[in-house]
Amino acid sequence: MNAIFTIIALLVAIAACGWVFRIAGQKFTQNRPYFRDMTFGVAFGYAFAAFALVALIWAYLQAQSSDPLVANKYFFFGKAVEGFLIFAVAAWLFRLLGRAVGTAGTRKLFRSMPLTASFGVLIIILYAIVAIFAGVIAPYGQEEILGAANVVPGGDPALGGNPEFPLGTDQIGRDILSRLIYGAQNTVGIAFATTLLAFFIGGSLGFLAATLGGWLDQLLSRVVDALMAIPSLIFALLLMTIASVWSNQVGIPLTYFMILIIAVIDATRVFRLARAVGSSIVVMDYIEAAKLRGEGLTYLIFREILPNATAPLLAEFGLRFCFVFLTIASLSFLGVGIQPPLADWGTMVRDLGQFINFAAFAPQVAVTPLLAAGAIALLTVAVNFVVDWMLHKSSGLKE
Amino acid sequence: MSGLLKIIIQRLFLGLITLLVVSVIIFTAVNLLPGDFAQAILGQGATEEAVAAIREQLGLDQHPVQRYFQWLAGALQGDLGTPMSQALFKSFAGTNTGESDVTVLSQIGPRFANTMFLAAVTAAIAVPLSIFLGILTALYRNSAFDRAMNVFTLSSISSPEFFLAYILILFLAVLNPIFPSLSNIFEGMAFGDRLEKTMLPALTLTLVVTAHMMRMTRAAIINLLASPYIEMARLKGLSPMRVIVKHALPNALAPIINVVALNLAYLITGVVIVEVVFVYPGIGQLFVDSVKIRDIPVVQACCLIFAAAYILLNLTADILSIISNPRLRHPK
Repeated sequence: MNAIFTIIALLVAIAACGWVFRIAGQKFTQNRPYFRDMTFGVAFGYAFAAFALVALIWAYLQAQSSDPLVANKYFFFGKAVEGFLIFAVAAWLFRLLGRAVGTAGTRKLFRSMPLTASFGVLIIILYAIVAIFAGVIAPYGQEEILGAANVVPGGDPALGGNPEFPLGTDQIGRDILSRLIYGAQNTVGIAFATTLLAFFIGGSLGFLAATLGGWLDQLLSRVVDALMAIPSLIFALLLMTIASVWSNQVGIPLTYFMILIIAVIDATRVFRLARAVGSSIVVMDYIEAAKLRGEGLTYLIFREILPNATAPLLAEFGLRFCFVFLTIASLSFLGVGIQPPLADWGTMVRDLGQFINFAAFAPQVAVTPLLAAGAIALLTVAVNFVVDWMLHKSSGLKE
Repeated sequence: MSGLLKIIIQRLFLGLITLLVVSVIIFTAVNLLPGDFAQAILGQGATEEAVAAIREQLGLDQHPVQRYFQWLAGALQGDLGTPMSQALFKSFAGTNTGESDVTVLSQIGPRFANTMFLAAVTAAIAVPLSIFLGILTALYRNSAFDRAMNVFTLSSISSPEFFLAYILILFLAVLNPIFPSLSNIFEGMAFGDRLEKTMLPALTLTLVVTAHMMRMTRAAIINLLASPYIEMARLKGLSPMRVIVKHALPNALAPIINVVALNLAYLITGVVIVEVVFVYPGIGQLFVDSVKIRDIPVVQACCLIFAAAYILLNLTADILSIISNPRLRHPK
């Protein structure tokens, strides 16, 4: 109850500040049109933004406080602000770099790029580097058990850390930093492979249905409709239950089953798009001309339809990758996805999740599960930013 | 009006057929289990007697088609079978344990009510909030506020649910103890207590669905702003707020209602993860637990319920958008 009253009082105070701000603006600028025509909503917005900025700075200063109790409470907040600023500056510098070097085409691309998109591109490049060179970057192996279990992150011996393991070790003594780095390889790699497979299945069937039409089109479309009527995560969980029995009997690791299951489920969504895009291309004159020339089906699909469908399919690839990546992370988080001993972010969040409850008195302990979950979030956010920019650019919408 | 009724009945019929097909898919998927189902769950150490008992209990000696119709008929009458854990127990005990039988239905029933409660609380917070924010962002489009909201919503759409859940636990339960981080809900709890315990899962789900609904509200309103009647209202000298609320919003309502219904359908999948994080005793958690111990009858029943709710909400979205759009109401 008290909290609600505080919030209401704060809002009233901000509203009053906004009102005073507008009056003062009118007085001091001799009724400039900007202040004269300012609606109260805009004035409130200015006051609110000023208040939020002050509160942010105050909270950030609290995080630097010498009293450990206060500093602990604002530790995560301070780190979040620092992270945000670092990423913003990095994205800005990256965009400057992109504008200065490269071919004329890429320079032009970077010139029209918003900061969010350059942030997205930067993060995707970083993840790709980490994923490809994980074996070189990681200080230890992902399955290597190093003796000391449950070493606290931070590397400060006084707090139970060890400088050799900057992010500490997990319950059975594996280095968490190495597992995070290998996680990029496993989680992102598996998600990427799954998306490729989904696009191969869904895309080829979709184009086939669009070009051939007739009963094949009807059959495939109805099957896809039925499969799409089941929520994807639920369907994936059901099939994973069955696959877990199969994998025990056949001896094929569950991860392969998971790739196949998620690829098939996501292929239904790709099929829809590919069929829609394909059937609008099939009615074009140049397809008719190619057909009259006597070109075969493969030529039609790969040389005529595919090149004209790349732009929507590429945007869909980004979004589909996010979905697949999140589904795999969710399955792993629930304990039925990527299986140990492979390092994987979803599993790490589940295993380390309970450490969050120690955040009030030992914030560094609570960092690791958030780092693993944040690694997932960062990549999907980055991909979404880039796709959003691409869609915005191709649609040509200005408002 | 009779035309409208006909369309609605048509859609309902289509939905029913979809549900039937989905039940076939679920049943077939479960019957893809290798070898004998009873042996598969009992593992290698199974005795002949235990396998035989389970086989008899589940009617596995019958033909699959016959079993499908029995399962479907049972499901229609509210009898979803016996959980595997119970069947196992019986087969080891050797006898029927009497009247206190746990059925799938008695396991799912109260949890289903809990999940509905969570979804209702989420909808009560998320729907007004997202429409309010959508109107605000449309009103102050392309301002700093709009850009900040765009970045914020894109981030919250694309983050995994458990990340948002842990962030909320960190800030609202651990560092500032406002809400409890565990939702131990039991029967006969006072409404206020229950609401308090449901708050964090509901807020997590709100973060997930609000973003999408808000963006659609904004897009639907902005789409209309170029129309001549909005121009007219502006030239009349109405304030921007009044133009949007009085003139643009009623015409944007159809897509907004549609996206609200679709997002409530999305809640059905989101609920699984959130319930696991907060140990909320809902149907999603039961589903995940059953998946882990391979309790097939429960998995089957939960799947059917999730699919039914999903289809029903999609159908509602469909019908509502027909009702609110005259062009669809009178198809040529």
